[in-house]
Amino acid sequence: MKKYTYTDKKDTRSGFGAGLLEAGKRNDQVVALCADLIGSLKMQDFIAAFPERFFQTGIAEANMMGMAAGLTIGGKIPFTGTFANFSTGRVYDQIRQSIAYSNKNVKICASHAGLTLGEDGATHQILEDIGLMKMLPGMTVINPCDYNQTKAATIAIAEHDGPVYLRFGRPVVPIFTDPDQKFEIGKAWMVNKGADVSIFATGHLVWEAIQAGEILAEQGIDAEIINIHTIKPLDAEAILASVRKTGCVVTAEEHNRLGGLGDSVAQVLATKLPTPQEYVAVDDSFGESGTPEQLMTKYGLDAAHIVAAAKRAIKRKTNAAVSAL
Amino acid sequence: MTTDTNELKSIASQVRRDIVRMVHGCQSGHPGGSLGCTDYLVALYFSAMNHDPEFNMDGIGEDLFFLSNGHISPVFYSILAHAGYFDKAELATFRKLGTRLQGHPTTHEHLPGVRIASGSLGQGLSVAIGAAQAKKLNNDSSLVFTLHGDGELQEGQIWEAAMYAPHNKIDNLIAAIDVNGQQIDGSTKNVLSLGDLHAKWTAFGWDVLETQGNNMEFLLSTLAEAKSRTGQGKPIVILLHTEMGYGVDFMMGTHKWHGTAPNDAQLAQALGQLEETLGDY
Repeated sequence: MKKYTYTDKKDTRSGFGAGLLEAGKRNDQVVALCADLIGSLKMQDFIAAFPERFFQTGIAEANMMGMAAGLTIGGKIPFTGTFANFSTGRVYDQIRQSIAYSNKNVKICASHAGLTLGEDGATHQILEDIGLMKMLPGMTVINPCDYNQTKAATIAIAEHDGPVYLRFGRPVVPIFTDPDQKFEIGKAWMVNKGADVSIFATGHLVWEAIQAGEILAEQGIDAEIINIHTIKPLDAEAILASVRKTGCVVTAEEHNRLGGLGDSVAQVLATKLPTPQEYVAVDDSFGESGTPEQLMTKYGLDAAHIVAAAKRAIKRKTNAAVSAL
Repeated sequence: MTTDTNELKSIASQVRRDIVRMVHGCQSGHPGGSLGCTDYLVALYFSAMNHDPEFNMDGIGEDLFFLSNGHISPVFYSILAHAGYFDKAELATFRKLGTRLQGHPTTHEHLPGVRIASGSLGQGLSVAIGAAQAKKLNNDSSLVFTLHGDGELQEGQIWEAAMYAPHNKIDNLIAAIDVNGQQIDGSTKNVLSLGDLHAKWTAFGWDVLETQGNNMEFLLSTLAEAKSRTGQGKPIVILLHTEMGYGVDFMMGTHKWHGTAPNDAQLAQALGQLEETLGDY
């Protein structure tokens, strides 16, 4: 197991804030909008640097999405900022008609996604957003795993022509990816090569997958860990290449098991290479109040659950091989 | 571009013929609101707006128009064709499989003249505000126009946008409301009252104008007045008092022709009331 360490921890939303500032410096067409959550989205530095390119919309997300679509007419590259819940479910029709169907170059940037929003509870903990966004034709869906990757992804989407959903979060988590990485949309990142089981993880679950890989290694199980930061377009080639080696799969995500990364992977496998797959995801329920750590444990989204899922997947692979004899 | 009202009325007559023929041709679509808004769109595209039929999505240096009540696509398509955005023969494909003239306007099929999809109501004012902000950032002094149905004002997003524009001094924007008092299920008074629209928009901080929306002379003078009030720190809204179905006697003043196509006899009756001025497609 390749060793991953960290010297610092930060929230992925701060990676977004840093990336937005950098994207703004590189291209003066980049503009930003926020619906009364500047501090939560870490947009202060962009606003200080480019006050005339920032639009405070107030608590009016539908108007913000429509305005973002309009700003593209005239060549702007708008980044909208609010919580994931208000970035997707609240404004689904505005995104569908004015952004996705109209193919507008809007970057929908969503913080506080998933359970790790914590104490505010289920009203704010959206677990359906990946599904909502990936179903829209032409929408790119990205869920980076740490500060550095989120910063790099934010810079990369400014250079990508087309609508993007960028999902990140609130909690402070280890920084373990390269600060100078070049983020390639749609290209999976090989975290650790292995032979016994493929673990495909996205967002905050990537660090948990690394922890799980170390536990599995101690028990003699060689896990391949791949970071699927781009859920759409999905890197089917990387998924199939890995599964051809390992023969079984675990998917791990901070999302409802319906409609998330796991389902995207399952669709590739079902049509190309049927494979035993185990889900580490929220089991079709809402969240609740609690600390991020408590919630991730209670809802089964941690290293221990990935380890257990990996063992189940390997067992199913072995059983299938035996019954084939 | 012209200020000759006889010429504009002549264009409006042909557009109305196109509308009823298009809706009849596919036996679907929305003739009522299309007929009621014909005069305003003729006034915009053939007199008030500076626009370029050599269509460019960004529209730098030209006035932009956003149709928020996308169901009146027949009038929009006819206007765009006569203004030179595409061949009027294409009007015959309205709502038919493979057409660029979708039931509701879209950029998806790359029809020149359309800059945003509309149909799901309430979204166009926000889009127009964004485009108006982009013009300000680009130091582009041209204007942004919109059109909305009065029933559409029941959508909450309209009032989010209505609050934003005055606060942010979006004074390069001229919105218009088609006040015909009708919506699918009946009169706006019965379905969900709009109240005093002049007072409402004024209270939100808009500069409000009102005019007869089926009178070309009034439309030209109102549009000239509206343009003269741009750049003064306030967005402008024109309340257009129109009659749904205007120009075809049996379609006028009733919500029954909101989304109903005429049969062959009704088509003949309607066309008998509308002079063919520019040649049918």
